[in-house]
Amino acid sequence: MISEPSNAMSRVATAGTLAFVALLVLIWCVDAAGKDAGVTSSAIEPSVWSMKRWSPYAAGIGIGILSWFTFLLSDNTLGASGSYATTAGMLERILRGSKVKEKTYYREHPPEIGWGWMLLVGIVVGAFMSAKLSGDFHIEIVPSLWERTIGEGVLLRVAVAFTGGLLLGIGSRWADGCTSGHGISGTLQLVASSWLAAICFFVGGVGTALIIF
Amino acid sequence: MGHKMAQLFLGLVMGICFGFLLQRGGVTQYEVIMGQLLLRDWTVLKVMLSAVVTGMVGIYALRIPGLVRLHKKSGAVGSTVFGGLIFGVGFALLGYCPGTLAGAVGQGSMDALFGGVLGMLAGTAIYAAVYDPLERKVLHIGEFGRLTLPQLFNVKPWSVIVVLGALIVVFFFILEYAGL
Repeated sequence: MISEPSNAMSRVATAGTLAFVALLVLIWCVDAAGKDAGVTSSAIEPSVWSMKRWSPYAAGIGIGILSWFTFLLSDNTLGASGSYATTAGMLERILRGSKVKEKTYYREHPPEIGWGWMLLVGIVVGAFMSAKLSGDFHIEIVPSLWERTIGEGVLLRVAVAFTGGLLLGIGSRWADGCTSGHGISGTLQLVASSWLAAICFFVGGVGTALIIF
Repeated sequence: MGHKMAQLFLGLVMGICFGFLLQRGGVTQYEVIMGQLLLRDWTVLKVMLSAVVTGMVGIYALRIPGLVRLHKKSGAVGSTVFGGLIFGVGFALLGYCPGTLAGAVGQGSMDALFGGVLGMLAGTAIYAAVYDPLERKVLHIGEFGRLTLPQLFNVKPWSVIVVLGALIVVFFFILEYAGL
């Protein structure tokens, strides 16, 4: 049903209409949130684009609306962790050539550039654009909370971040999704495994955070 | 080929929107994520649950005329719970999750790039290397498949959407009332 050409036309038409409405809703949300905080009433009148932070609700609604388009136009879902595995596979292919296909995981998930990989690249670009536009962009190695509670040492922060990344990489593939793929895309489809995964992410995360800090 | 290129382009554009919203929402900040995991700052759940409410209403509405189809992930205690808990430990050590990690790189956080991204690449490579025995022995323990909440509770999807949506909105009011 999803691949019929006439259906494709109606999906594009629906997407166009939704995009227009979504844009209006989002601008209204951000504007309302800004007025709440008394930001837009100032003489400088900063625009929506130069505000450092949007209301988390506005950002969340925006992501929810974005998810409609991933389903409508790309028959796909917002997710990030699988594309790290794709990248790891692409690097392994450079080293070992086609032998990479000896691994079942890479046969099931071919290490090739696809929609999800472009999405991950887009996240880096989009965050950069957001930070640049609001003046929030700055090079930082040790986050301030870490510096205050643990210390200024760069090596320790990077080592712990690497260990965290390692576990995040293993765990996200093990659970077949991350805070985006399960936590947002799966839960919004009311999938049981995604709700369970999201709960486990936070149980493990809160438990570990309370031990560290 | 043209279709494939168009999809790659769409992926990039949607990623840019996603990254922009994550950064503006504040969830690419180490402090915000750790604040959530320490239960002091509820920004992460506000962003996620607003997205869930908006997304579920839209996706289930678009399903009525058959414009979208669901992409349900299969679940099992051996994969979802074990993997999810390992993920949680990594989440707290790193202070970013895979999506916000990419966003943090874009905003200039170098611990995300040199620690997190390299760690994730190593972690996913390790997972691919141990996938076979894991798949045989662990991943299918307590499997429950592509179950949905409406199936689990034996009710219509819209009943779940209304109840869940109401609970989330009430939760938001409690958070705001408590000044969190």
